[in-house]
Amino acid sequence: MGLEYVRISPGFEKYMPRDYVDLVKYGPFGKQVDVMQMGQFKELVEEHPMCAGCYMAYFIRVFYAALPNPEDTIVLGTAGCARLALSQAAVPFIYGNYGDTNAVASGLKRALSIRFPDKVKDVVVIAGDGGLIDIGFGMTMHSWFRREKFTTIMVDNEVYGNTGGQESGMSPKGIQLKMAPLGKKFDKINAVELAKTAGCVYVARISPTNPKRIAKTIRRAILAARHFGPTFIHAYTSCNIEYSIPTREVLADARKREKQDFKFYEWMTDEVKEFFEELERKEKQEVKK
Amino acid sequence: MPEQRVVEPEYLILEAPRERKFITGSQAFAEAVKRANVDVAIAYPITPQSETMHLVGDLYAQGYVKDYYRAEEEYGAMSAIAGAVRGGARAFTATSGPGLLRGLEAIASWPGHRIPAVLGIMTRVVNAPLSIQPDNVEIAYLLNAGLIVLHAENQQDVFDFTLAGFVISEKVDVYLPVVVATEGFFVTHAKGYVDLPPEDMKLPPRDPYKAPVPPTDCEIPPARIQRDAPVQKSNFMSYLIHAVWQQEVWSANRRAAKWIKHYLGGLIEVVNPDAEVFIVASGCAAAQGREAQRYATMEGLNVGLVKIKSLRPFPTNELREVLKNAKAVIVPEHNIVGWLAKEVKAAIPNSGIVVDGPRVYGGMTLPVELIMDEIYKAFGIKKEKKTVV
Repeated sequence: MGLEYVRISPGFEKYMPRDYVDLVKYGPFGKQVDVMQMGQFKELVEEHPMCAGCYMAYFIRVFYAALPNPEDTIVLGTAGCARLALSQAAVPFIYGNYGDTNAVASGLKRALSIRFPDKVKDVVVIAGDGGLIDIGFGMTMHSWFRREKFTTIMVDNEVYGNTGGQESGMSPKGIQLKMAPLGKKFDKINAVELAKTAGCVYVARISPTNPKRIAKTIRRAILAARHFGPTFIHAYTSCNIEYSIPTREVLADARKREKQDFKFYEWMTDEVKEFFEELERKEKQEVKK
Repeated sequence: MPEQRVVEPEYLILEAPRERKFITGSQAFAEAVKRANVDVAIAYPITPQSETMHLVGDLYAQGYVKDYYRAEEEYGAMSAIAGAVRGGARAFTATSGPGLLRGLEAIASWPGHRIPAVLGIMTRVVNAPLSIQPDNVEIAYLLNAGLIVLHAENQQDVFDFTLAGFVISEKVDVYLPVVVATEGFFVTHAKGYVDLPPEDMKLPPRDPYKAPVPPTDCEIPPARIQRDAPVQKSNFMSYLIHAVWQQEVWSANRRAAKWIKHYLGGLIEVVNPDAEVFIVASGCAAAQGREAQRYATMEGLNVGLVKIKSLRPFPTNELREVLKNAKAVIVPEHNIVGWLAKEVKAAIPNSGIVVDGPRVYGGMTLPVELIMDEIYKAFGIKKEKKTVV
């Protein structure tokens, strides 16, 4: 059904909010939009209460434009900054308890597979470093061990931004934050290697400096999860407030970190690689026609 | 696995012919799940619950249950149940004592998330010191979360409450999780007679669109819809939204009473309604209370029994009516805090007639003699140490 539920029943157009009518007419439902055209189509998330200059908000905006199947996608989030924008989007969103995303997504994906065996229903978790690698660590890892077919995206701002700037497992060693009054005493957790070891079939690390590349990475992660197994994206999305990055310098900071420890990295199983080679060959043929 | 045909809940629960089997409480849970058209069951081991979920695993292997897995731990299991139910599936899980407390944050959020599911609880002491015995203090933690809480006396109750639990849970005017609690070992690992409807019949599948809140499956309009959106702005609207949501959960909880009456014959069962002294009990304590009532009657004492089947919704009005002329109310329990005695005292106007106890804890058995002692005291009978049987 997917697309059908989005459409407005004939005769009701004039009663629906303008925002919704625009979404159906000029939004990304039923087509693959180009992220480079952002600003020229009605986006799935527009208003949000995140801080001025928040790079996570930018990443989430690109995420929604990149969805291969927005009319049949369910997004899960948890406590933290990301959900403030996620809960404003025109895609069904589930907010459970802190750190439960990958367990809830496991149950949800299985239920949808039972009920709609012949349909594509994409399930995507977007949660922070605290939600996925601290409190939700066990559930994140076990969803990967179990080979659950959904995508996990960690929007890593290296801090508990929403609760006021406490150290997280993903904060860099030595940094002084709340609850780390003498500086963090251990290294940033290597989430990408954990994901590979735990059985993810597609793993990427990205600093969001290039919208086309973000979109391609997200699309690949969702398509690979649909067909093969768990996928993971580790995205650097700075907290300009807690890390005191001037608003106009957040992009420069993302570029700096890209050169240091967030160099674009993409890994996938041979099976997934073949799948994308075949898919991209077909897409090129389509373009030629 | 026999071919199962879908029959109406009324027929399966109330009318279908029944055959008597001699089975354990764990088997009784599984027999109910077998006939409940369950989509997803999620298991995590803890004694004394494990056997039930082993048997449900066998049902999955045989094709009665569509999906099943062993979760990472209880918080993960309870969260995944919430995910499966949001996705439109009918779901079952079970746990005990420490496992219940580990999963409690997720479980306590089910009512607010409007998650209709059935949770089996096989009671076990809450550590420490560590023990696996069937103290039922854990039920106290469940009473204020908004869930429907049924307390089974024996293997037959386990079967009936669990099967009806799925139906009650999914009623549009209820739409809350149903807990079926029973004492570990005493019921789960002991055999009793259970009258079972035929195993080639099952409940209709869950219809997730017959619901006060929509499933999250991208199948219903409109597109811009959010379930469980956070409401935490510090303003009047956020207080109001949370307040009315809690009111609605507890109203729904009370609305379940009519369905419990319909499918399970009432929130309470009364033996000898004209008694002077009543035993009020739930779960296994009701079985011992039943024996004490029988002994007392044999001795010519006018004693009655009120078995509380439903702890939430609590049968306040029913208790007031039955106990209005009672001169004493004895509340035997399998825990030290006396959560049921507190509930009974709060429900009736003359709480001074409630006897606190007898109570056993740490998982020990509840001898009928202890209840008889309280009955003698209530009648002012002075007894030397007396053996009843």
